[in-house]
Amino acid sequence: MDFNASTLLLLLPEIVLLSAIAVILVLDLFLDQSKRVFTYGMSLAALVATMAAVMLGDNTSQVVMHGAYVVDAMGSVLKVALLSVGIFAFIYSRRYLSDRNLFKGEFYVLGLLAILGMMIMVSAGSFLSLYLGLELLALSLYALVAFDGDSKPGSEAAMKYFVLGALASGMLLYGISMIYGATGVLDFAGVAKVIASGQADQTVLTFGLVFVLIGIAFKFGAVPFHMWVPDVYQGAPVVVTAFLGSVPKIAAFAMAMRILAESMGGLGPEMGWQGWQGMLIILAVLSLALGNIVALVQDNIKRMLAYSTISHVGFIFLGLLAGGDKGYSAAMFYTIIYALTAVGGFGLLAILSRKGVEAENLHDLKGLNKRSPWLAAMMLLIVFSMAGVPPTVGFFAKLFILDALVNADLLWLALVAVFFSVIGAFYYLRIIKVIYFDKPESEEPIAANVDARLAISVNGLAMLYYGIFPASLLAVCQAAIAAL
Amino acid sequence: MSFEKFLFYLFAAILVGSALMVITRRNPVHSALFLVLAFFNMAAIWLLAEAEFLAIVLVLVYVGAVMVLFLFVIMMLDIDLATVRAGFIKHLPVGIVVAVLMLVEMVLVLGPKHFGLTKYAAPEAAPADYNNTAELGLSLFTQHLYALEIAAVILLVAMIAAISLTLRKRPDSKRQNVTRQHMVKKKDRLKIIKMPAEEKG
Repeated sequence: MDFNASTLLLLLPEIVLLSAIAVILVLDLFLDQSKRVFTYGMSLAALVATMAAVMLGDNTSQVVMHGAYVVDAMGSVLKVALLSVGIFAFIYSRRYLSDRNLFKGEFYVLGLLAILGMMIMVSAGSFLSLYLGLELLALSLYALVAFDGDSKPGSEAAMKYFVLGALASGMLLYGISMIYGATGVLDFAGVAKVIASGQADQTVLTFGLVFVLIGIAFKFGAVPFHMWVPDVYQGAPVVVTAFLGSVPKIAAFAMAMRILAESMGGLGPEMGWQGWQGMLIILAVLSLALGNIVALVQDNIKRMLAYSTISHVGFIFLGLLAGGDKGYSAAMFYTIIYALTAVGGFGLLAILSRKGVEAENLHDLKGLNKRSPWLAAMMLLIVFSMAGVPPTVGFFAKLFILDALVNADLLWLALVAVFFSVIGAFYYLRIIKVIYFDKPESEEPIAANVDARLAISVNGLAMLYYGIFPASLLAVCQAAIAAL
Repeated sequence: MSFEKFLFYLFAAILVGSALMVITRRNPVHSALFLVLAFFNMAAIWLLAEAEFLAIVLVLVYVGAVMVLFLFVIMMLDIDLATVRAGFIKHLPVGIVVAVLMLVEMVLVLGPKHFGLTKYAAPEAAPADYNNTAELGLSLFTQHLYALEIAAVILLVAMIAAISLTLRKRPDSKRQNVTRQHMVKKKDRLKIIKMPAEEKG
């Protein structure tokens, strides 16, 4: 397709965000530390403006920029989701950062750049733009993990993340080069066409697929490519964990959808163990087992939630491997809900942390109900949603996945998933028990800003709202997947 | 065997050899120098593949700028080789098993059966007036414009990240504060002590 100025209109969300980043970056230089809150406000405004650009934009399916950029309903929905989760993560970060002399413009600029990278991934139309978006995201995250330069665990986590991330990027690139070798094209639609025509060398294609899948599994943090997850979640400042544990999951889902369903759909569920379904089964079962079992023995709550992430990733993979509109939309629903839940969980830890005190061990949550019944209730909703207890939305997210599995004649996998979820329920209930039935260790009041209190309330009540009206979000996901 | 083929195998052999040296040398400076050698041979192979511009850029940018900086950093850092090497022997068997497995699998897949000349015919040689650089530029600014813009943003991130990670105010650094120096009063610095005169002994 020819390029003209109206093409840029479709790229408006990315353009708005990038321009806002440039403005914030320069303006921030001229602000005193006392006026830093202005940067924070502008970052939130940038996210809201970008969201408006996504919502007002045209989302009829089309491919522009020589196949590099895809506009479709799935892209728009995922972009809105990641921008909203990003807003939550930013709001939770303010007081935590200013308590630790880390309230700097770079935090927000790097966060916005990471979101830009994720938006590029979400609407990538070719392997090239997908990879570049991924690198943009990863580089910003490495810097964010090491944001507290005086924290040794933070630097160590960043180093680990960086080395393993570079290795995974290498694997991904190698796989992409093999797929390029087998098909001769880099854009997803082109790859799908060549595979459908049956002219591609199956061996080379499968070989490439293995490496690409390793890249995807690493970005999700699925077993056995999960080694970085607990260390990075624990080592990073909790507000960075809130960001990195939630929003990138949405981008990783988009990446998996674009690569597996859109371009390599020919090697999809119909191929069974010959295609990517078998590989995903292995990853999903291992993630469910290891995530839930290892989380049982964690006392550090950041680490526990990291292992819980791994088990949730197993669920997302179950939806993907079930395939079909039903499986994909269930996985999409699960991903969005998980991102929203995770940001709330880590955000609450950020709210509970005070100057010089990190709330990161289970005993820091003791008696939260006595200190602040409202925050305790929000945590209850979030944790119940993670465990999948009705009427919170986590229950429906799991239910849709199981339904899709049963539909795809994979009943045994559904049983495995339920079995490990029941094991997992134990450590979620342990959090609840500590909050409601233990005596508080400190009587210090919880000093949270109004914006953070408001955000956590919206976040927690969203668990309940979507639990009572799951169809509102599910319909959006189904429409987005159907339009693919 | 044509001369071109001979050149390819020569450069490829030196490339693989020097790559092996990069990861096995004890001295990091030697490793870096072998990496330079590897880059040179890669550039030569790219020349054979008629990617002249990329070959020259590889030498100019990687050898000329990146590796020189890299060497400089290695020499400035005091790397304790003993800790870097610790566990090398212990993990060697596992590493060798994984490496051999990967190698066998890759040879099986990447052999001539799947990538031979019958599958992929050799491309026609470009005509004499073909301008590699112009074609590359044209493709970058039309077909790959989006990717080029993202790459620019990635460089911006690298800059911001590097500055935010390294720039911090050190409390122990002895920096001059000119304003405070000017504002200083006599009583801040000078202390006049009264004491009885010493007697000459």
